[in-house]
Amino acid sequence: MAAPLLRIDNLTVRFPNTEPVSRLSFEVGEGETLAIVGESGSGKSLTALALMQLLPRSAKIPNGRIEFAGKDLLGLDQKAMRNLRGREIAMIFQEPMTSLNPVLTIGRQITEVLTLHEGIRGKAARSRAIELLNLVRIPDPQRRIDDYPHQLSGGMRQRVMIAIAVACRPRLLIADEPTTALDVTIQAQVLDLLDTLRRELSMAVVLITHDLGVVAQWADKVVVMYAGRKVEQALPDALFRTPLHPYTRGLLAASPRLKTNLHYRDARLTEIPGSIVSAAGEKGCPFRPRCTVARDSCAHFVPALVEVSEDRLVACPYSFIPEVAHGAALGL
Amino acid sequence: MSTLTRVGRTFRRTAIQAVPTVFGIVILNFFLLQLAPGDAADVMAGEAGSATVETMAALRQRFGLDNPLLVQLFNYLYNLAHFSLGFSPRYGMPVADLIGQRLPGTLLLMAVALAVAIVLGLALGSLMTVFAGRLPDRMLSVISLLFYSIPGFWIGLMLIVLFSVKLGWLPSGGSGTIGSNLTGLAGLWDKARYMILPALSLALFYVAIYARLTRAAMLEVQSQDYVRTAAAKGLPPAIITIRHVLRNALIPITTMAGMHVGGMLGGAVVVETVYSWPGLGRLAFEAVMGRDFTVLLGILLLSSLLVIVANATVDLLHAWLDPRVGVR
Repeated sequence: MAAPLLRIDNLTVRFPNTEPVSRLSFEVGEGETLAIVGESGSGKSLTALALMQLLPRSAKIPNGRIEFAGKDLLGLDQKAMRNLRGREIAMIFQEPMTSLNPVLTIGRQITEVLTLHEGIRGKAARSRAIELLNLVRIPDPQRRIDDYPHQLSGGMRQRVMIAIAVACRPRLLIADEPTTALDVTIQAQVLDLLDTLRRELSMAVVLITHDLGVVAQWADKVVVMYAGRKVEQALPDALFRTPLHPYTRGLLAASPRLKTNLHYRDARLTEIPGSIVSAAGEKGCPFRPRCTVARDSCAHFVPALVEVSEDRLVACPYSFIPEVAHGAALGL
Repeated sequence: MSTLTRVGRTFRRTAIQAVPTVFGIVILNFFLLQLAPGDAADVMAGEAGSATVETMAALRQRFGLDNPLLVQLFNYLYNLAHFSLGFSPRYGMPVADLIGQRLPGTLLLMAVALAVAIVLGLALGSLMTVFAGRLPDRMLSVISLLFYSIPGFWIGLMLIVLFSVKLGWLPSGGSGTIGSNLTGLAGLWDKARYMILPALSLALFYVAIYARLTRAAMLEVQSQDYVRTAAAKGLPPAIITIRHVLRNALIPITTMAGMHVGGMLGGAVVVETVYSWPGLGRLAFEAVMGRDFTVLLGILLLSSLLVIVANATVDLLHAWLDPRVGVR
């Protein structure tokens, strides 16, 4: 297999008191969509910000490696990194309502990135911006280009964000919960758009989400995160068919079943008891307090990631014991 | 909607709102001033040392001070409707001429002070933001606190002591070298030298306010999502600060600056007195002491117009700076 476009190796993000991302590794190939799943606080967004090197000032990366197209991003200076941002790695954010500058027209905000990275100005930049608005399926782009963000709906604003992100044909697009703030009907449109653009522009996508439905439909590969660690990695089909880690099972049990309407008839949605807590200072498996199959030994060591089969990693030694798997299938 | 229609619409709305405001201010001021004890005739008589009841009555009759209050008000409004501000008994000349003599000096002083305050305030505030929480920020915070809390007249006197008396660099009062007849660049420089100290005394208080405000507004804007978006585009920090942060932070600062135009007139009274600057502030002070209410009413009317114009300017600036304003 060719070298992956992005390789994250043992990445740790540390704040003075906590370590929200801990020894995280994954790879994204050219043109591939990787989904990172986990509940709020699992370190997904910080991972994305670490990729862009836009972490808050108090955050440190004590160890780990981020390799993008053969370059070590952590070793780059500020200027070289700025050169990559928006040109080769682009990012869209969760809140389209606040992610655009309210006092500049959307046209200005799109041409800004064109001027910066490709030196396109004036009329040429404007017509490129109109093309981009067209590309993200904004109707009547000639008129819309002079609109201010407040004149657009949330879905339209997220399209503008996508237009800004893909303006310089990046090789990697990081989408941090791009549809969380949108209506369900708009969500599918935006994700479809992202997927179409991914194919048209042959870019890789890191899709951060807590919506498993999104994962099933759009991801090539899934990483499940809990408390800053990768607890499971799989292809989406395998993940939905046989979730291994107790946390993944909990997540699946807590979301409405896809493609069936069984949950309307016989199954209650279950919840994962407790809440995500900081892993700092805790010994043992971070999921132990909430785990239905936890054993005494879980308190003593952090379970290592084990390769179960090809493309399949899981960080729970009890996840493949038949009785446990069986119990979990019953919703215990 | 284009910027121009937005600004135009705001202008129309502001102009319509201004009319009843001015009318209310005139009537309110008129009655407020009547509450002060004594009138111009009393003061003139007092200054003359002696006056008979007849002279006083004659004085009052001449200036219409013996009429009932409502008649006086009607006369004043009648004059106003004919674009006349009335006649000053004390200075013996039309109020409009009197104000016309003094207004340019005050406007110049205020404009320079406001410009200095905004420029210095924005610069200091930006500096504090860049170093937020670190030593330069702390030091500037203390300095701006000092500027904020020291009264204007004291700063004025101390600046005179330092720059005029001890160092002898700048003149201590007045608005130009008398009888120098300088023209062109030399004349401008001469005027500027007289301007520096009064403008600085008036500005320092506002410098402190704008610096603190800029710091707070910029820190607030810096944590907004769209600033992160700008960083994700790969923009260098200087452009992010100027194009994305400062532009948004300017909105609260223009609001404040507009409100301060009125406050500056008040401050000008003190500063003009300290530096014997021939402006409206000192005229107002003298008018109060002389119970010269026609002059005072004229000044108050003019100040309120000035404040209204300042507010309208701020509204227009907002409409230009913030596209969301026109929506209301």
